[in-house]
Amino acid sequence: MPLYHNEDQAMLADTARGFIAEEGNIAKQLRHWRDRNCKDGFGHALWKQMAEMGFTGMLVEEADGGLGMGHVEAGIVLEEIGRNLTPSPFLTSSVLAATALKHGSADLKGRYLPGLIAGDSVFAVAIDETAKHRPSRITTRAEKSGNGFRLNGAKSFVIQGASADMIVVAARTSGSDEDADGITLFAVPKDAAGMSHDSVRLVDSSMATHTKFEGVELDGDAVIGEIDGGRAVLDAMLIAGRVGAAAEGVGVARGAMDMTVDYLKQRKQFGKLIGEFQALQHRASHLYSEVEIARAATIKAQQLLDGGSAHADLMASVAKAKVAKTARLAVQEGVQMHGGIGMTDEYDIGLYMKRDRALAEFLGDATFHANRVAELSGY
Amino acid sequence: MADLEQFRTETRSWLEANCPPEMREPVRGEDDIYWGGRRATFKNDAQKAWLEACIAKGYTVPMWPKEYGGAGLSAPQAKVLREEMGRINARPPLSSFGIWMLGPALLHFGTDGQKQRFLNEIARGEIRWCQGYSEPGSGSDLVSLQTFGEDKGDHWVVNGQKIWTSYADHADWIFCLVRTDKADKYQGITFMLFDMASEGVTTKPILLISGSSPFCETFFDNVAVPKSYGDDVPAYVGTINRGWDVAKYLLGHEREMISGADGGERAAAIGAMMKRHAAKLGDDLDPVLRAELAQFDVDALAYAAMGEKFLDEIKVGKAHPAQPNMMKYAGTELNKRRHELMMAVGGSRSLEWESEATEGGKPSRNWLRTKANSIEGGTSEVMLNVIAKRILDLPGA
Repeated sequence: MPLYHNEDQAMLADTARGFIAEEGNIAKQLRHWRDRNCKDGFGHALWKQMAEMGFTGMLVEEADGGLGMGHVEAGIVLEEIGRNLTPSPFLTSSVLAATALKHGSADLKGRYLPGLIAGDSVFAVAIDETAKHRPSRITTRAEKSGNGFRLNGAKSFVIQGASADMIVVAARTSGSDEDADGITLFAVPKDAAGMSHDSVRLVDSSMATHTKFEGVELDGDAVIGEIDGGRAVLDAMLIAGRVGAAAEGVGVARGAMDMTVDYLKQRKQFGKLIGEFQALQHRASHLYSEVEIARAATIKAQQLLDGGSAHADLMASVAKAKVAKTARLAVQEGVQMHGGIGMTDEYDIGLYMKRDRALAEFLGDATFHANRVAELSGY
Repeated sequence: MADLEQFRTETRSWLEANCPPEMREPVRGEDDIYWGGRRATFKNDAQKAWLEACIAKGYTVPMWPKEYGGAGLSAPQAKVLREEMGRINARPPLSSFGIWMLGPALLHFGTDGQKQRFLNEIARGEIRWCQGYSEPGSGSDLVSLQTFGEDKGDHWVVNGQKIWTSYADHADWIFCLVRTDKADKYQGITFMLFDMASEGVTTKPILLISGSSPFCETFFDNVAVPKSYGDDVPAYVGTINRGWDVAKYLLGHEREMISGADGGERAAAIGAMMKRHAAKLGDDLDPVLRAELAQFDVDALAYAAMGEKFLDEIKVGKAHPAQPNMMKYAGTELNKRRHELMMAVGGSRSLEWESEATEGGKPSRNWLRTKANSIEGGTSEVMLNVIAKRILDLPGA
């Protein structure tokens, strides 16, 4: 399969670019909701519009009412979300939770997928328990209780946790904290008694929660996949999420780079356009190279994932690590080359810097994934 | 697709029958590579047999038309051939600047007479060419070159000096940029072809920090170059005074080649190999070195994907025409980093300049050699200039 978008994908990219630039742009969404101190941190109307575009259920299989598309297609939408810094439940709901639900029972699918596809529901994922992403260690426990389970523990960095109609929770049903086995995934509905959220606004104006589970009673049918066999589902969800986050990061990097290169062509100092200075040209050219490479790695990871390749996991970490570094470079160079106005809230470039910071941290940052590349490579 | 699979089957059995076992061993030294030319000798019978088999099949230049010594393979067929040769580790039967550089220029700009003569000579490894571009005063600013050919009617008299002429001391002929009009910087250069045995040509090898001498200084002292070698065989490629067009075309080609866009070793991860190497030396990677290797592997594997994407896009004309500059920049900088890390893992062992354990100082010599990667064929800084101008469209670039 050639490493570029085929005709259908190029068409989708055109559609997504136009739609998200029009409806999901910074003024209409990010600034709009931020300035109103919105408790959700995103707009439900846009989520509904994205459903009408067919985006929200694009990864859901056709048999379940979705479009049955792949991660290349999801990545196309995510790149535009990244470019426009669009606050949206797409990554957590349509990629992460949707991937988990693929492994769910017909009953679970029937309960949650129609709402996702219609843009009426929003889902979150609760994985992290400490300040750094460390899915190898899961201490939140679910103990057998009657026909179901009783959930106790705490999760952090639950993006849009307080807005979610359902949260996918990774919990331990057997074994000790660091065991690979003994994990079970649960679909926890928003009104579950004993679940409480401490909602925090993050640096990029997105909303996340510290979520506590104190004796939350769950029916047996809240289990996604196999009891004690949730690690495989969790891994599938993580890989999909990382590849998706990489795609969004590529959009952040490209958005910041384009804005900065444009600025170099407008701003004059010393009687010249600052883009005439070789000191800045070389840095911009280096950034361009890195962004191109990061994007290639991301598309490669998407294709491997869609093809069911055993290398998808490694390439997902390569892409996440490479994009994290590259987007970081893009936003840092962006603010620096904008000079003083790059530090103002009025200019958008600083918003890219904030978004990059939060996005890079989500599902493992550059060093987490470089370390993972080493481990998967055998050193 | 079915045709391609049949081609693969045929190629596989042809290789099985024709590629001697000795030619399936990794290249260990310079004399394992056959460069051809009037003075060439074969290292062994296997090298000779492998070359002759490939010449007969057109496989020294598989994508060139049959009438010029090639096999007329399509791009997908050539890829199959590369893959099948790679599968059995078959060495290239013939390496030369004629194949990599002059050939593509002649295919694009040459007359039929030139193609008939020169391409066939190159395909059969009869004539070894060298490239006369850089001059002591004209490196990155190549177009300022001063070597001058004075018009004497039916011939030029060439005077001047070239530098970094790869293997000039082993070459039979040179393709050479010569100023033929001093009034016009860009449209005053002619892409000349002449015999290195001509009177007035001398070469002097340059000893590099790696200890090897792949490059020469080449001097022209009143060298008479005829304007024609016969019917439809002019002694220049393209048009007189428009040699810069040919040079630019070839520079693009060279950058693609140097960029290692074919993936291969330049784009491979090294961490696991380095851990084994360290273990062999009785060491383990310290955590910081391991971290640097991990960061390198991320970059290398991402670059490999870029290489694949670049080649796929080139095939369908989707790649930006200046993209080879980006590939060259990123690929050569990555390769320098690779060898820095390999030296670090090897520790004091990798410092050995002459020892059996290092096969004659391979680690250090290879490490030093890579420093030229980001200089030859256009420096990294020139690549960044080109990206700024042609891709980012920055002002005044």
